Amino acid sequence: MKIPFIYTFRSLWTRKLTAMMTIAGVGLVVFVFAAVLMLAQGLKDTLVATGSSDNAILLRSSAESETLSSISRDAASILEAMPEVATGQDGKPMDSKECVVIINMNKKGSHDMGNVTVRGLSSAGLAMRPQIHMTEGRMFTPGTSELIVGNEIASRFEGAQIGGQVKFGGRMWTIVGVFDAGKTGFASELIGDVDQVMQAFNRPVYSAMIFRMKSPDDFPAIKAKVEADPRLMDLTVKREKDFYAAESQQLADFISILGTVITIIFSFGAMIGAMITMYAAVANRTVEIGTLRALGFRRRSVLGAFLTESLIIALIGGVAGLLLASSMQLVTISTLNWSSFTEIAFGFSMTPQIVASTIIFALIMGFIGGFLPAARAARLNIINALRAS
Amino acid sequence: MIFKLIVKNIFRHKLRALLTILGIAVAVMSFGLLRTIISTWYSGSNNAAPDRLITRQAVSFVFPLPLADMQQIERVPGVKAVSYENWFGGVYIDSKHFFSRFAVDADNIFTLYPEYMIPPDQLTAFKNDRDGCIIGQKLAEQYNFKIGDIIQLTGDIYPGQWQFVVRGIYKGSKPSVEETAMFFHWDYLNEYLVKNNPGRANNVGWYVVQINNPNDAAQVSAAIDNLFLNSNAETKTETEKAFAQSFVSMSSAIITSLQIVSYVIIGIIFLVLANTMVMTARERIREYAVLKTLGFTAGHLVTIIAGESLSIAIIGGAIGIILTFPICIGFGKAFAMFFPAMVMEPMTFILAGGFAIIIGILAAVFPAERAASIKIVDGLRQVG
Amino acid sequence: MAEPIVQVKNVTKVYKRDSMQIPVLQKLSLDVPEGEFLALMGPSGSGKTTLLNLIAGIDRPTSGSISVAGTDIATLSESSLAKWRSQHVGFVFQFYNLLPVLTAYENVELPLLLTKLSKQEKKQHVETALGVVGLADRMKHYPKQLSGGQEQRVAIARAIVTDPTIIVADEPTGDLDKKSAEDILALMEQLNKEFKKTIVMVTHDPHAAERAHKVLHLEKGELIN
Repeated sequence: MKIPFIYTFRSLWTRKLTAMMTIAGVGLVVFVFAAVLMLAQGLKDTLVATGSSDNAILLRSSAESETLSSISRDAASILEAMPEVATGQDGKPMDSKECVVIINMNKKGSHDMGNVTVRGLSSAGLAMRPQIHMTEGRMFTPGTSELIVGNEIASRFEGAQIGGQVKFGGRMWTIVGVFDAGKTGFASELIGDVDQVMQAFNRPVYSAMIFRMKSPDDFPAIKAKVEADPRLMDLTVKREKDFYAAESQQLADFISILGTVITIIFSFGAMIGAMITMYAAVANRTVEIGTLRALGFRRRSVLGAFLTESLIIALIGGVAGLLLASSMQLVTISTLNWSSFTEIAFGFSMTPQIVASTIIFALIMGFIGGFLPAARAARLNIINALRAS
Repeated sequence: MIFKLIVKNIFRHKLRALLTILGIAVAVMSFGLLRTIISTWYSGSNNAAPDRLITRQAVSFVFPLPLADMQQIERVPGVKAVSYENWFGGVYIDSKHFFSRFAVDADNIFTLYPEYMIPPDQLTAFKNDRDGCIIGQKLAEQYNFKIGDIIQLTGDIYPGQWQFVVRGIYKGSKPSVEETAMFFHWDYLNEYLVKNNPGRANNVGWYVVQINNPNDAAQVSAAIDNLFLNSNAETKTETEKAFAQSFVSMSSAIITSLQIVSYVIIGIIFLVLANTMVMTARERIREYAVLKTLGFTAGHLVTIIAGESLSIAIIGGAIGIILTFPICIGFGKAFAMFFPAMVMEPMTFILAGGFAIIIGILAAVFPAERAASIKIVDGLRQVG
Repeated sequence: MAEPIVQVKNVTKVYKRDSMQIPVLQKLSLDVPEGEFLALMGPSGSGKTTLLNLIAGIDRPTSGSISVAGTDIATLSESSLAKWRSQHVGFVFQFYNLLPVLTAYENVELPLLLTKLSKQEKKQHVETALGVVGLADRMKHYPKQLSGGQEQRVAIARAIVTDPTIIVADEPTGDLDKKSAEDILALMEQLNKEFKKTIVMVTHDPHAAERAHKVLHLEKGELIN
């Protein structure tokens, strides 16, 4: 016969303070666990959102980021002539030759510096990035030293607002507009005219070329052609999504691994806390346990009741920690992405898998923490238990 | 004998005391680990010599400076010696096998970096061999590189296949000096560029400037930058420490997050200990009432409870601090790529110990207050 | 005749439980002469334990005065009362209330920690007290190694070690078997006759009451007859 659930629940309620402290301990660990997962996910989401499955990118083979890459005008022309490249409404191939460089800017309110991406592109390039919307000011005028700035940079860096002036490439550039780019990496960039940027940095070559494919399935064919063409030696094509995903890999791995290691260590603290609480609960209710067994409840029912108690504590703690972690979705952080060596802003993303993993993690802590005490409760000898006081 | 009472009470419930101490130890150890990660991150800038400045392109150190600038910099008053480096980057095997790779002014660079200790014969061999390289001891151990081995790199900033012969292995003069970098001849790189990409030739990544008097750092920096004001390649000169710190501060968001998490741990320590103390005090209310009956005051009771709490915190804290050493070393090995040398600072241990003591006191507050204020008659009525 | 050692004058005690007021003692007056062995009896809820607690200084009356050896303890501050208790009262509980982590010796020594006696003097007092109760050979034993009767004897030793003005006992034989109860009562009689200790005892047990000089009955907070 199963020990009624209400016994478990009321027992917990009698020891509210202790139960709450144990719940808080579990909650804290769960919060860190979930927050770390959410942060790594947020980074991945940003970089994946930055790419489109219709687009591919042509760049140097060994280049991990656009700033390390260079492609010649000739190579760009060869690729855009391929039939797999989609054609725009104007009959011209849909592609954007871009020049990407890094400049230093100072963070607001501190002397800390950040590496900010400056992307030179053409109107074709803007057309290929539907995520970009102007929110303040206006678009830059082609052929001038004007820039527009992503909102994540505008909010965090000095002089990165409308009217702000940035000096690089031997001239002053004026920011004339702020844009919103959703969750993508573009929100952490400055954008200007590709020809102007190239001139300023004295670069006769592009960094990379983004192009639209007629169909995402055309990619293998394009890749094969590029690899076979001797004129395109040292160059490669990647799906835009894959490219950006790879760019976030190192940082995302660091966050996940470090976070997981720390959380596992923490979890021992929480499990020990749960164990202490449950052992005390067993010790204090020895007479009760003896009584229940004398009444006819079996050992495994006692084990089950105490284990349930531990799991409830863990579950409540898990939900509390999860709710707290969920509030982190309001937070964006901006830091250096090591692979691209530039600033990237990203947030905390909650997914169903993270919710599930977190709850399971909490329950595992509750199970491990509660098992030994529950086993002790089950193993009590009836007579001794009844005599205890 | 109050002391004897405290000690005996701690181990009344052996299992509970042990678990509490263990819980605290684990939490203190985590705190130590996190803070060590943070201090290691900052330690690069701590190694910087006060008499070295770094001159780099003002817009971003991603852009090079002309080699021609060197003569002008050398002539600035207060400057003792100048050398230069280029960040080569490149890929060894694949992007997972990361270590720092620099093209350097082979003749001078190691005079400016005395903390890299190289056997003189190896240094000479390196200087005489255009495609030679010098690598750090830890790097050599990690990949089993020996003198005479060839290291093959695929360039990215400087495209192409590159091969270097190991001519020397350096050791750090202090444990905090990293031993994971690779240095080769800037001339070797430049020869290639002159032939294949003359537009990029004769440029350096940054200058390392040694000055006579560290107090002149600000002056000399300004003087150097003045030389190139309004030119095509304006410079920014700062102390090496500031330069190193600027890299660290780019990841400030992550570092701040780690700091926040390290304080969360303190919260966990508190909860574990406070939980135990509350339970323990609750079970002993009757005893406390008896002591009061005998004439012991609230003050005595507070001392007994606080003493117990503090003792557990200190024992747990001490074990946690001791355990921090092996765990930091293990962590450093596992993450050798990110953390070449785990730097454990005394402050970390002082903080850990300090927090353990504060927690020891705080965890006693609630139960002590309860024990002190309870009426004797109510306390006697309690069933353990 | 000398002044009574305990003078209870017009004492009322009202307990507050949540918003309810429960009167336990009503304008009770009582004198206990020095050297008396008094038993208080009555049904449960009669207020006998409450009266005992008031005399021992571990509870305060709502109104009225209680004077023990000339001191009006109802007016003392909390810390003064604690000090007073350590010097003047020896309490014997129904459930012994020894500290489980201390040996018999250490339990008896406990009240002496509040005095300024030297280590030698403390040792003397403890050994004497344990000698009186007949447990000198069990000094180093822990309570769980002693029988119920032996535990109570240690508790009595603890109660007399400071040579208090009065000994107060709350159902001292309530948890003991017949034989042990007899031993304890004989011991208490000895303390009263030989050592001239004033004893106030609450009890249910008529055999215990027989050993006292005087028996008073309480009912609903008042002394009857």
